[in-house]
Amino acid sequence: MAEIKLTDLTKSYGPTEVLHHVAGEIRDGEFIVIVGPSGCGKSTLLRMVAGLETVTSGEIRIADRRVNELEPSARDIAMVFQNYALYPHMSVRENMAYGLKIRKLSKAEINRRVEEAADILEIRQYLDRKPRQLSGGQRQRVAMGRAIVRDPQVFLFDEPLSNLDAKLRVQMRLEIRKLQQRLGVTSIYVTHDQVEAMTLGDRLMVLNGGYVEQFGTPIELYDRPASVFVAGFIGSPAMNFLPATAEEEGMLLPSGIKLIAGVGQRGPVLLGMRPEHLIPDAAGPIAIEVEMVEQLGANTLLHGKLSGTDHAMVASVSGHVSAEMGTAHRFSVTPELLHLFDPETQKRLEA
Amino acid sequence: MLKRVHFPSSPLPYLLVAPQLAITLVFFIWPASQAMYQSFLIEDAFGLGSEFVWFENFEALWADQHYLDAFLRTAVFSLLVAALSMGVALLLAGFAQRVVRGAMFYRTLLIWPYAVAPVLAGALWVFMFNPTLGIFPYFLDFFGIDWNHYLNGNQAMALVILAAAWKQVAYNFLFYLAAMQSIPNSVIEAAAIDGAGPGRRFFSIILPLISPTTFFLLVINMVYAFFETFGIIHAVTQGGPGSSTTILVYKVFNDGFVGLDLGGSAAQSVILMVLVIAMTVVQFRYVERKVEY
Repeated sequence: MAEIKLTDLTKSYGPTEVLHHVAGEIRDGEFIVIVGPSGCGKSTLLRMVAGLETVTSGEIRIADRRVNELEPSARDIAMVFQNYALYPHMSVRENMAYGLKIRKLSKAEINRRVEEAADILEIRQYLDRKPRQLSGGQRQRVAMGRAIVRDPQVFLFDEPLSNLDAKLRVQMRLEIRKLQQRLGVTSIYVTHDQVEAMTLGDRLMVLNGGYVEQFGTPIELYDRPASVFVAGFIGSPAMNFLPATAEEEGMLLPSGIKLIAGVGQRGPVLLGMRPEHLIPDAAGPIAIEVEMVEQLGANTLLHGKLSGTDHAMVASVSGHVSAEMGTAHRFSVTPELLHLFDPETQKRLEA
Repeated sequence: MLKRVHFPSSPLPYLLVAPQLAITLVFFIWPASQAMYQSFLIEDAFGLGSEFVWFENFEALWADQHYLDAFLRTAVFSLLVAALSMGVALLLAGFAQRVVRGAMFYRTLLIWPYAVAPVLAGALWVFMFNPTLGIFPYFLDFFGIDWNHYLNGNQAMALVILAAAWKQVAYNFLFYLAAMQSIPNSVIEAAAIDGAGPGRRFFSIILPLISPTTFFLLVINMVYAFFETFGIIHAVTQGGPGSSTTILVYKVFNDGFVGLDLGGSAAQSVILMVLVIAMTVVQFRYVERKVEY
């Protein structure tokens, strides 16, 4: 049983505060992904949980035990690093056994655990090799093996897949997910890749500039992004944003067209619509002057500008669409799929 | 293989290596071959004539108990100097690496001894350990140790080892610090998460990973102890008392310039040269290649 509780956590380097009042509760067995652009403080947050960075203020509790002052070794955690951090002078077996030897487990027990983990990760035939004789994917497995033999209360992953090639990354992603579900160990996973975050996490914590923008399930983040940042960060291609004015009977777009939608707001708003929610409709209100077409096979991306304005727009249409450059395509959008944000605070406005 | 045609022949490359070749020839090859030649000669006591005797000088050395003693003494001396200075440097580097604030200040201070000339370093230790004036004999007196390195051969040996090691600590420290800093931080952090305390991390992770540096420094320190400690010994003990601190390089000087046995002295320096060349070969053949990761 290891739930993690972060309470009003801040981190400062000298006078510079890099994490601001981070809070959140992670349930036992949950897979949490911390996601955000580089420099948002996500790795710092993970390293604070690991005990590799000190806590400036606030509290971290693992399994209802305050760990702020505990050494990393006393927190009963295991971590997988971005560069794997294998011990280069030890064989795979010794790498995995290192932590167990320190805990003074019996030889037989160490061997049993190492071989069990090696079987799970399918690295048994590499046990006597040195890390330098392994490929990137194999090293990653060893790093995970080193984490799971310890049977810790919490797994921490610090961008473990970012050094792998695209195909291997997708494969390892699935394996990590399956492994975590099988072992049921509470996990925190840091990444800057939103696809990785969406596919892996039970819940996502979106960090931006040291602030938690939103903490929720992938679907919550997609359907009801709490801020312009989350809306733009989650989903690919990114959401379209248009400055608009909310009026009595609809939304006035910068192209002068009025979008008929029930709106509980008045005044200037930032209107967000996802490219995949724009439906081709000859009579639709949104006209996009197409400048570039990306054929992805399953769907087609139409890049262009909102007719008569300089606002860039992307529409994602399923199937193959041939579009002449410079012609206007018309789209409609279901009012429920529109997102409204306050242009001042960048926060979500509820319709 | 690149073919010759890729490089049009020109005198420029020869011109560019000429200064280096000239320096090597004048300051190394020439004196070395002179020493080699001289080691086959025996001169008379007045330096008026010499006789070519082939290996007689070497045979005489082989039969000379004093020389064999000096050989053993040099082995003990250089091993102890290397072990002491590398051990202390390793310890200091381990500490310095953990220091965050003012790290530059500490490091600069620790590097200073390297800039001290050997004779000055020796003079420093002579003053500190002077049996009547020195501060250390005064302290040692409290522990019932009667320090007089002018009379006690073992104490004299200890003193030159201390002085020679002290001077080399800075050099070793620099290399060890650089080696430690090249270890990825995440490896150390992984060990910390695995439950290893600072001591365990040092011995099971850091020490094996810097072993190439240790091998390199071992050879460098042996060569240092063989040759460059002459100034220290000359300033501190002049090889005495008796011949208890006469190591090979000091014996070369003593026999050649004090005893005026030029042939025997040259033969000794040829043996020294062969030893150091052998160590350098070991260095290049095994150490440079045997990088453990």
